[in-house]
Formats: sequence, C-alpha cells, structure tokens
Amino acid sequence: MTWKIPETHVTDEALVVNRREALRLGAIAVIGAALAGCPAAQEADAAGRTTESDWPAIPGVKPATAPYRVDAAPTDWDDATRYNNFYEFGTSKTDPAEEAHRLKTEPWSVLIDGEVEKPGRVALEDVLAAAPLEERIYRFRCVEAWSMVVPWVGIPLAKVIARCRPTSKARYVAFETLVDPEQMPGQRRRVIDWPYREGLRMDEATHPLGFLAIGMYGRVLPNQNGAPIRLVVPWKYGFKSIKSIVRIHFSETQPRTTWNDLQPEEYGFYANVNPDVDHPRWSQARERPLGGFRKQPTLPFNGYGEQVASLYAGMDLRRNY
Amino acid sequence: MAPRRPARALERAALALAFAPALWLAGRFAFEGVGPDPIKTLTHATGDWAIRFLLLSLAVTPVRRFAGWRAVAPLRRTFGLAAFAWAAAHGLVWAVLDLGLEPAALLEDVTERPYVMAGMTALAILSVLAATSTRAALRRLGPRWKPLHRAVYVAAAAAVVHHFWLVKADTRPPLVQAALLATLLAARLVWRLRRSAVAPAPTA
Repeated sequence: MTWKIPETHVTDEALVVNRREALRLGAIAVIGAALAGCPAAQEADAAGRTTESDWPAIPGVKPATAPYRVDAAPTDWDDATRYNNFYEFGTSKTDPAEEAHRLKTEPWSVLIDGEVEKPGRVALEDVLAAAPLEERIYRFRCVEAWSMVVPWVGIPLAKVIARCRPTSKARYVAFETLVDPEQMPGQRRRVIDWPYREGLRMDEATHPLGFLAIGMYGRVLPNQNGAPIRLVVPWKYGFKSIKSIVRIHFSETQPRTTWNDLQPEEYGFYANVNPDVDHPRWSQARERPLGGFRKQPTLPFNGYGEQVASLYAGMDLRRNY
Repeated sequence: MAPRRPARALERAALALAFAPALWLAGRFAFEGVGPDPIKTLTHATGDWAIRFLLLSLAVTPVRRFAGWRAVAPLRRTFGLAAFAWAAAHGLVWAVLDLGLEPAALLEDVTERPYVMAGMTALAILSVLAATSTRAALRRLGPRWKPLHRAVYVAAAAAVVHHFWLVKADTRPPLVQAALLATLLAARLVWRLRRSAVAPAPTA
C-alpha cells in the first residue's frame, strides 16, 4: 500500500512537514515506550488502580479549537478509564481496567482492504503518518444513557481514508477489533460473534468530526479505552466508536455491525444520538454525566446537529435509528 | 414452639444481615467516593439485594421442612421485610434520582416499558405483604392471610423477569436467580407430593 504525501506538501511545506514528522515520531516513540515496556503502569493497571500520571504524555499535540472542542469540563480520568464497555475483556464495566493489561499493542498494524486501490497491511506508525496529531474535546454518549466529555488525541479519520485511496465503489467503511482470546479473555465466551464490527457510510466516515484516537487527556490511550487506535464518532452512540482496530474494510454494501446483529430492534446501523427515539427498554431523553448524581438532557446528534444533520437530510430517523 | 431466646438471636442476626449491605454501600460512598455512575450503582445494588432477600425468604420454609430446623421459621418474615425495604429503596432511587420525580417520565416508564411494569408488580405485591406482615394483620385476615401471602411467588417471579428483561448482554445473573427460584418452588412441590403420598393429609 502506498502512502504518498502530495507533492505540493513535499516542496512547499517541507519545513512544516519535517517539523510535524519530528513531532509525530516523538509521539510514536513515547507511545512505543509506553506500550512496550512500562511494567509499573501495567501492574498498576492490573490492579485497576492506574493513575493518570502512569500513562506517558504525548508531546506536540495541536490543541483543540472550535468546533472541535466542547465547552464543558472533561470527565474525571479515573471515571473515563475505569468504567468501560469493552466486552473483549469482560461484560462488566470494571473488567476492562482489570484485564486490559494483557493486550500487547506493540507492534500493531491495520489491514486495509476491500474497495481500495492497493490493499495491504499498514503499520500503526504509517497510519498515523496521514496527519499531525491533534486534540479533540468531544462529548461521548453511551446508548446506556451515561455520558462523558473526553479530550482525545489522534488524527482525523478522513485523512486516513484519503490515504487508503478508496475506489469509486467504496460506499461504506467497516472496522474490526482484534480477536485473540489469549490477550482478550472476554472473547473466550461468545457473548458476541467476534470480532467486534462497526461501520459507517462513506460520507459519515469522511466527515471532519470523525476521528481516530491514539490518546486521551494528552496521554497514551489506556488499553481499556481501545489502545492503540480507536474510532471516535461523537454524534453517535458510543458502541459505534470501535476500539483496538485491526482492520479497515471498504465495501459497496452496508457492512454487518455487532450490536445491530445482536439486537436489530434495539441497536441500529446509524445509532445517531437522538433524545426523541427511545431505546425500546429505556428513555434516551436524558443522560447521566459520569462522576455524580446530576442528570442532563441529551441533545440531538449529541450536540453536533449543526455539523452532521445534513448527512441525514430526508431520512426518517425513527426508522433509521 | 421453639425456645424463644435462640429464635430472637437468629432474628437479630437476620436483621443485621438485611442492613449490612446498606452500611457497606454508605461506607464505600463516604470513603471511596461515589464512583463513575452512582445512580446506576444504587439502582443495581438495591435491586440485587431485594431479589437476594426475597430468595432467602423463600428458602426459609424448605430449610425448616427438609432440615427440620424449626428455629428459622421467623426469618421468613425478617427476610421478606428486608426484600420489601430494598425493593422500596430501589423504587425510590428510580423515581427520585433517575427520573427526578418528573410525572411525564414516570408515567412513560411505567406504561411503556415491560420490565418496569414487572418491577412495579413485584414492588406492589411486596408492599401489600409487608403491610399485612404484622401479628395484628395475621389475626384480622384469618384464613385469608395464607392465600394472600402466596402472592410472594408472583412477586419473586416478576422480580426475576424484571431483571432478565433489562439485562443488555450477560444474562447469567438473572438466570442464576431464576434457577434458584425454580429450585425453591420445586422444593415446595416435592414436599407436597411426598406428603400426599404418605397420607391424604388435610390441606394445611
């Protein structure tokens, strides 16, 4: 697979590119060090007691600017990293923080295939070469009616997709999580038809809000939050934001997605956050921000309606939930 | 009649057991903080303990009959009241903390969500049983007391169904509860069959 930087960038912006490259390499070195050999952090993690400072900071991240930053205090690190749905490590929300230290995120590569010019396996470093690292402070709304505000570190999904050079037939992008019951003990039970699968329509995937995160809170992504690389689609319910991605597949037809497969009447392919369309078993009108007893109203498209509503113009969002 | 004193001690121990989870929860909230999702923590804890004490209450009679340990008899009431207290707390957490006592939200939940209806059925039954659990009520109701209190089987089944319907993926906990409930109900059937096989006894 080729990862060409457009010529204009090489000639006219050589300095900028080099600086970015240096920052990127610095960040990758930090990530590598963190993931490869940081036994202290991993042991603490095994006991479920990781503190924020156990995770290395990522240098050279471009700060978040409007419209990519929510005007709200980020969720507490402990809450965001110890309360996770990541069934690969167990179905309880505390399982991932306890079990995720088994996951080896270095080396890591992503298989890019389907409707692309040159399919192939791409090392994580090369995936990240698509754009300089930046921060995005997004709302995150779980379908279970709890929510967070998370400062993610990563790159726009659209940039990575552009580098994949999808063919004209590519109408959907599908993602898959790693399958390895040795590293992911939750996969020893078939609560899900592994691998975990998610997907987006091409126009959704290339929307500027779509993001691939490798870090959060300025630090390397903890394993339980989807290390080393995860999707973040802030206007959709959390289950769309697939973790620990090993495959990006381009297709002409709508791909299978895990929760839609499991319970089609409860979890749709689109899964846009929508306070007016209840989950069959609970209301989606309000949400519980993590960390307290406060409840707040849920916003259409999780507050990103201005940016994304046009993607769904003319669609019946009650039917396409 | 069993000697009074050991029965009293047993009842006190059961009462302490009924309150222990509340102390443990309060201690955790006070010393470790309320955690990421306190409303959910309280909802699950109160619901789980309600079902546990309900099952414990239903275990008393089989234990008394099969082990011949008559001293446990009063615990049926203690555990039953504990189940009601936890179920009531569960209902309060749902109504006050989760729905903010908003009439529209409460009405929508009760009328549109089957698992809420099942839970409400269980809570309503337990409320009636708790209210008629006194000696005075027992005397007043006379022969009607026993058939009324058989509604506890309906409450237990409704509570377990309530749990099963709201689980997202891991159905093991409600299935374990369903198996325990089935065992406790089967024990009653076995007892009945055995007694009718020995002698056509008058209905007790």
